[in-house]
Amino acid sequence: MATLNFKPTILTLFLSSLLILFASCKNDEDNTKEAEEIEVSQTMNAELTAPPLVPKPTGRRKAKKLVVDMEVIEEESEMTDGVKYVYWTFDGTVPGSFIRTKVGDEVEFHLKNHPDNKLPHNIDLHAVNGPGGGAESSFVAPGHEVVFSFKVLNPGLYVYHCATAPVGMHIANGMYGLILVEPEEGLPEVDREYYIMQGDFYTKGSFGEPGLQPFDMQKAIDEDADYVVFNGKVGSMTGDNALTAEVGETVRLYVGNGGPNLVSSFHVIGEIFDKVYVEGGELVNKNVQTTLIPAGGAAIVEFKIEAPGEYILVDHSIFRAFNKGALAQLKAEGKENKKVFSGKIEEGIYQPEGGGIQEMPVDEDELAASRPSDNPDLEEKMELGKNIYGRTCVACHQANGQGIPQVFPPLAEADYLNEDVKRAIDIVLHGKSGEITVNGETYNSVMTAQNISDQEVANVLTYIYNNWGNNGTEVTEEMVKAQRRN
Amino acid sequence: MYKPVLLGICFLIMASGFSQESEMAEIEGGTYIPLYGNDSLPVSVENFKIDKYPVTNREYQMFVQENPKWKKSEVKALFADARYLDHWKNDTELKSDELENAPVTNVSWFAARAYCKWKGKRLPTLDEWEYVAMADKETADARKKDGYNEFILSWYEKPKSFHQEVGSTYENYWGVYDMHGMVWEWTADFNSVIISGETRRDENQDNNLFCGSAAIGSSDLMNYAAFMRYAFRSSVKGNYSIRNLGFRCAQDSNEKENSANEAL
Repeated sequence: MATLNFKPTILTLFLSSLLILFASCKNDEDNTKEAEEIEVSQTMNAELTAPPLVPKPTGRRKAKKLVVDMEVIEEESEMTDGVKYVYWTFDGTVPGSFIRTKVGDEVEFHLKNHPDNKLPHNIDLHAVNGPGGGAESSFVAPGHEVVFSFKVLNPGLYVYHCATAPVGMHIANGMYGLILVEPEEGLPEVDREYYIMQGDFYTKGSFGEPGLQPFDMQKAIDEDADYVVFNGKVGSMTGDNALTAEVGETVRLYVGNGGPNLVSSFHVIGEIFDKVYVEGGELVNKNVQTTLIPAGGAAIVEFKIEAPGEYILVDHSIFRAFNKGALAQLKAEGKENKKVFSGKIEEGIYQPEGGGIQEMPVDEDELAASRPSDNPDLEEKMELGKNIYGRTCVACHQANGQGIPQVFPPLAEADYLNEDVKRAIDIVLHGKSGEITVNGETYNSVMTAQNISDQEVANVLTYIYNNWGNNGTEVTEEMVKAQRRN
Repeated sequence: MYKPVLLGICFLIMASGFSQESEMAEIEGGTYIPLYGNDSLPVSVENFKIDKYPVTNREYQMFVQENPKWKKSEVKALFADARYLDHWKNDTELKSDELENAPVTNVSWFAARAYCKWKGKRLPTLDEWEYVAMADKETADARKKDGYNEFILSWYEKPKSFHQEVGSTYENYWGVYDMHGMVWEWTADFNSVIISGETRRDENQDNNLFCGSAAIGSSDLMNYAAFMRYAFRSSVKGNYSIRNLGFRCAQDSNEKENSANEAL
């Protein structure tokens, strides 16, 4: 009986949803039709901005003929400290310039290919209604310019990219950006707007391997990224380049994902998105923690900053953030708001992740056999220390002790480390938070206390001190013991 | 006995300032299957000769001196666009940081053709060029070797590779240098293969130039390396003068090099 009763309800639901569907379809058609009819009044040169900046809102202006001037530049630049890469770019930045339009605008697009470039390029704008999104009509040889035009009909945030063969390679080298189409009345006003785009990069050498790194086609095909970054390089928006805002302000981020392969789980540590324009379209979701941004897609996120401090923007596929570069900072200044965030109530070191806490059951005999001798010589210590480093320290301080610029201090040739071995032991044993200066750069992060034995501390520090240009100190178990607090 | 004689000839030639122009390699004809073939049928190539090196700035200077209508200041726009010899200071001199012995670039197809004609030669056909370019150091057709393709792909990533003296890349199986790794090169029928630049569309066209969908969907590096060369060719027109585009000349194997020039 219950099922019988159910049926009419389902049917009604079904019918009404169909109705809604049709209604909305009709609506969309109407809108596009209307947009097509919008007359443009004047010609205007589009303001184009390099990331992370965004052009001025279109506000209440009427639809115009908008001239967009863009140049393709193939150039060498820095992926991270000591690592160079040849980027292919729109306007010399990755992502390329932000284009801001309004429904009804007629865009006259001038695409120039710099004479020194080696390759022909083109542009496919996802905001274009027409075959190939402009790609075919925009194919341009080095040293030449093409002009094509289109009318923007659908509001939203769209990706543009190069679609010349092989498409994957052009995108992997940085040829993407965002074009915003505002609705006729403009987007609601906010206090700050920024432009961020994620991309994955594939290099011959693995993450951090210095020198000019060529593109690795095989890794790209295998989707085995060495770098996953915001705005084309590691640290594009950290330290001095961090985004800024003030407490009480509403921040809007235009977030795109160039790919070529990876989908982003975009998240801001310490914030909840008040609003997300899902996939950059009309649908608005509220109170979102992490939003999915497909490769070749985008989202608009908005949040009000309630408390001062540093907010970290990440791809919450989290190894990408801490090991491959997908990390940016937003610094908010202003008065503390105890109602929202109490601040520190109790001082302490958070230590859930140290080496010894997550224990797996072990075979005691095997363990005894594998245990290092009580008085290891230097060589043995180095070997053991290397292993500890590999599982405990490498995530933050990186494989060659180079750290992550502005976030985690280096251990390689580090003055702070070499100055004071007791202090170094103390930090490993008890953790460290607050500002320190290493090789002239200031860092303000937290290192957790490491829950490892005295001998392990001695080994890992000996390993660190005898590598990467450090002073060769041999740390003994006794030295470690002396620093233990009881 | 052979070597000293050759060496002597080299010196003679160099002394007269024509170090490379009479150096052509004999290419034994054969058949090959182009990657882009819409029918995958083998294409046959006759015996021919091809310059061992791309034509250099220095060689081109001599051409311009003898053929004033190809001077930078006098060339017609129909035959060479505004970037023609853009890296030259004037009609006769290079800009200061340019190399005399680097390949001449910023020359149009018309200009390249005229140069070869002046030499009693011609531009290689696309098939001839591709046939010679299949070779690596050891084999005539190295297209399936990883190293061969990686070299080409890494060149695409290298900025300003036109700024090298000819002969700086490898000598291939035929004794020809710089087919890859330096500059693009004009061929007589460069535009006989047309792609629109919209690869996703090209795939569906009747005149599909690629091995089915292989060029797009495949993990085959070989196709990528060649694909970009065809994409480049299809983006240019005869009067385009491009910084990364030079040329070399070819000749039917029964013809002699221009005796007028040898007499100089």
